[in-house]
This record gives sequence, structure tokens and C-alpha cells, in this order.
Amino acid sequence: MSNTSYQAVIARKPEIIRKATNIDYAAFESGGIGFDYERMMSQVAYSLDKIHQIQKETGVGNTPLLELKNITALARQLAGPGKGARIFIKDEACNPSGSFKARRASVSVYHAKQHGYKGVVAATSGNFGAAIASQAAMRGLKSIIVQEVYDSRGIGQPEILEKTRACEAYGAEVIQLTVGPELFYQFLLVLEQTGYFNASLYTPFSICGIETLGTEIAEQVLAATGRKPDAVVVTHAGGGNVTGTARGLQRAGCDNTQIIAASVDLKGLHMASDIDFNRKSFTTGHTGFGMPFATSPDRADVPRNAARPLRYMDRYVTITQGEVFYVTEMLAVLEGLERGPAGNTSLTAAFALAQHMGRDEVIVVQETEYTGAGKHPSPQLTFAKKNGIEVRRGNPLENVPGKAIIIPECPGQINIKDIKLDSVRQSYLRNALGSIDIRVLRPQDIEFLAAETRLEAASVERKVSEIQAGR
Amino acid sequence: MSQAQKGDWVQIYQIILPAGKRAPQVPAETASVPLEMWVKGFLEEEQAQVGTDVTICSLAGRLLRGRLIAKNPHYEVNYGFPQPELLTIGAELKAILEGNIDE
Repeated sequence: MSNTSYQAVIARKPEIIRKATNIDYAAFESGGIGFDYERMMSQVAYSLDKIHQIQKETGVGNTPLLELKNITALARQLAGPGKGARIFIKDEACNPSGSFKARRASVSVYHAKQHGYKGVVAATSGNFGAAIASQAAMRGLKSIIVQEVYDSRGIGQPEILEKTRACEAYGAEVIQLTVGPELFYQFLLVLEQTGYFNASLYTPFSICGIETLGTEIAEQVLAATGRKPDAVVVTHAGGGNVTGTARGLQRAGCDNTQIIAASVDLKGLHMASDIDFNRKSFTTGHTGFGMPFATSPDRADVPRNAARPLRYMDRYVTITQGEVFYVTEMLAVLEGLERGPAGNTSLTAAFALAQHMGRDEVIVVQETEYTGAGKHPSPQLTFAKKNGIEVRRGNPLENVPGKAIIIPECPGQINIKDIKLDSVRQSYLRNALGSIDIRVLRPQDIEFLAAETRLEAASVERKVSEIQAGR
Repeated sequence: MSQAQKGDWVQIYQIILPAGKRAPQVPAETASVPLEMWVKGFLEEEQAQVGTDVTICSLAGRLLRGRLIAKNPHYEVNYGFPQPELLTIGAELKAILEGNIDE
């Protein structure tokens, strides 16, 4: 019997992860800061044709692309003359488990089955758990989902409690935990004890599963409008959604499509705080994940994260919780679609962005998600009020994460805030360099950092020197 | 309800890491409380009292030990209260669309 103490299990992490992912990550390392990302994606992930086949087997993908005509009309009323792009939404709630996460789960579960694993384990409090449980049920594998659910008072986030129920409904064992990053310890322990597959959100399997979302958008927009999408807005948290969607769009030749990442602004709330945990209404799609995963992607549960959002985002915008609740209501009453709310983060941004685009242009919101008890504006706002959060109509500028949710008074108050990508890149470089001496950087490291930040090599070298000088 | 029988759907509880033994990177408010765990499954013992240590068979078929805390635990989620802050948004937006209000 091996030592199951926290320190002992964390120390065995590399060995546990290697067995549970069946990926030889070392083969892609270059010995320095960088690794060969594209080679990892091409050698580990499946081909697009194969992914289509895998997803077809379990009813994943091929979701409808809907034109939001009433919301477009509203945006045009607010926009200047000639402005107001056509807004389309990819109704990902039509996937088997009710979200685009079925795409990510489908390839992982297929791969696990092919390689003889008896079950899959995922550490997730979100839609991914239900997606893994659903796909595992279809392919006859066991599933275990490790969730962060409660604060120390035993009070659970309504949205996460619904995910617990959904995972159990699909036949998963759900391990519910209180707040804290030591969830990873339990996750490793379960992987070690069961020998199951690590259905991580961050393997090449998970990311390649999303590429079909990008290719479908390209095909459906072309069929509906005769053009390629001008902009695609992606709700951003761990970076997989941005990465996979953008890679799919690139594969479909949408080289000029702008990829806009959108997160709910939760600045100031600490993700590992027992107190802050229940002071937020959004458990994903927020800056609490969006920023750290953009600036330090390898913080994931695998040695190298296949989600590299900074490589793909052309723009990163934030909106507030109250604006997303408002737009969730808008989607239900104007378009007859009860979805989200977390998935409507990108729709909220798109509503504001469309007003600055031409009428002949097309902006696509690349996901919806199912709604249900707990996972709906009314239980979430009921919960917020019970936890002492002020909820009122007003100007969203008065929003304070963890203190006040401001529901706009009118649609003209919905606005995006741009995050300066240069600062994000700077943080990325600072994190990537860690405490190493830059004199050890080799040309391939600079090349890697340039690809990661989409900067010229000379510009990376200059920024790296500045960081070193500033230490 | 304080007694469960073999095969009942129950919930068990365990403290994984006590307060003070948390990971070094957690903030103070988290470090000062334990890391707790709940799992559900079917009771293995013929009979057990709530509050005693039991074994369950989880939905993944694993045998897990912990303190019995509930028999047939209820789902805690619902739709809460209708929100006055949201209820009027539909009518407001339709009025704008119909041109009755200048935005």
C-alpha cells in the first residue's frame, strides 16, 4: 500500500499523470522553456476526419447555427448609421450533455476506451463533468468526477450542485469537496487507485474535439450568408474553447476571422478563497480562470497544456455578471431560447461588439449551454442575495465583483471592456521566464515564446531583457 | 431517518485535510478550515446509524469508507425566487424594438 498523504501523492504526480494520460509529454520537450506544440497536436490528437467519425458515433456536434434576428434588430437600433452586424449563435446546448463540452469529452472517452482503460476521471465543477459522464455512459466506461462544491459552511454553489446531479444522472460517481486547490490531490489519488484515464480538459484529445466547432461555424456561416464569419466570440476560461475553436476556423480557411475571447470580470475575487467562493454567480467563463490560463497555461493537470489561448485570441474583452444575466433574459424573451447563463458571456460581448461592425458583417457567438434548476438567473440571483450580494438595476459601471451585481437599466448600457493584450503577453513572458537566467535562453526558446505571444522574435528578446533588467 | 439499511442510497463524509494541514498556497481563510469530502452510494452494511462509519458502493462500483451523514439526500437546487430585477426586461426590450421608446 503506497503512502496516501498529501505530500507523497503530490510527489508521485508525474508518474500518476503519465500512466493516466498515456501521453509521453517528454517526447515534445526541447529541454528549455519551450516545447513543440504543433508536433504534440499533430502526433497525439486525431485527424479531423477521425474526430468527425468519433463524434458522430455518440451524437456530438452538428448543432444548429441560429440567426438572432430580434437581438440583431435591437443592436441595430442602438448602433450608429450603417452599423450592426448580423448576430448568429451556435446552439451547442443541443449536444447530448447540453454543452460544447461534449466535443471535448467525446475524443478523450473514445481514446480511453481504445486503450483499454476501464473508466475516466475528470476534475471539474462545470459542464465538462456531465459531458464526460454522458460520453462514458455511451461507450460503457465508468466515470468519476471530482468537484469543488461547498464552502466551509457546507453551502454549495447552485450551478455546481446542478452539475453534481447531472453527473450522477449519467451514472458518474461524484466526489464533492470544499474549496481549495488540494482537489488535485484527491484527483491524483483517484487516478492512482483506479487506474482510470485522466480525461483532462487540457490534453490534445480535449482540444482537438473542439476543432469541429470551428469548422462547422465556417461551413454554416458560409451557407447562411455567403461569407466567412468576420468575428467569432468565445467565452474564455481555461483556454480550450478559444484554442480549439480558432484552430478549427483556421483549418476551414477563416484566416481573417477575428477571434474575440470574452470573460466575466471577477477581478478581486480569489479562486481558492473559502469566503469568495460563494460571492460569485459565475463558476466559469470568468477572469479568475481566464487570466491565469492565458498568462500561465501550463498550470493545468497535465505537464503541457494543449490549450494555448494567447496564440489564438485577437482581442480579449470582459463584461459583468449583471450584463450577462440581462442578456440571458434578452435571449429568452426576444429569441425564445432559454440558455445559460454562463454560456451567454460571449453573447453579451457580441451584442456590444456587433454595434461597432458593419451591417453586412457577421459575428458568431460560438456556444450556448443548457439551463436548469440552479443553473439559471433566478436561482443564481436568489443565491447571491442570500449571500449578501447587492442585486439591483443600474449602470453596469457600478458593478463590484463579490459585492454588487448590477442589472443594466437599458440595453445601451451593455459594454465591453478591452483587456490590453500587450499586458497579458508581458505577464505571460514573466511567468514563462520564472526565475531563470535569460542567458540560458536558446533560439528555439525565443521562437517558442514568439509563437506563444504572437510577437516578433526581436520584440520577445527586447521584452525578455527588460524583464531581466527589472528583477 | 437516522437509520439506513443495506442498499439504501446514502451520503458519506470525510475530512481529507484538517485545518492547519492545507496546501501552503491557500489563502488564510481557506487554511483555517478543513478540506471536506462528500460522496454518495449504496450502503454496504446490513444496518447503520447516521453518524457512524460505513462503507458504500459508489456509482462507479468503488467501495468507499466515511461517516454516514444522510439517507436518500435531497437535491438542493431549485429555481429560487422570480427576480423583480429581471421580470420587466422582456417588456422593456419589446417596447424598444417596436419603436415606442427611443434608446
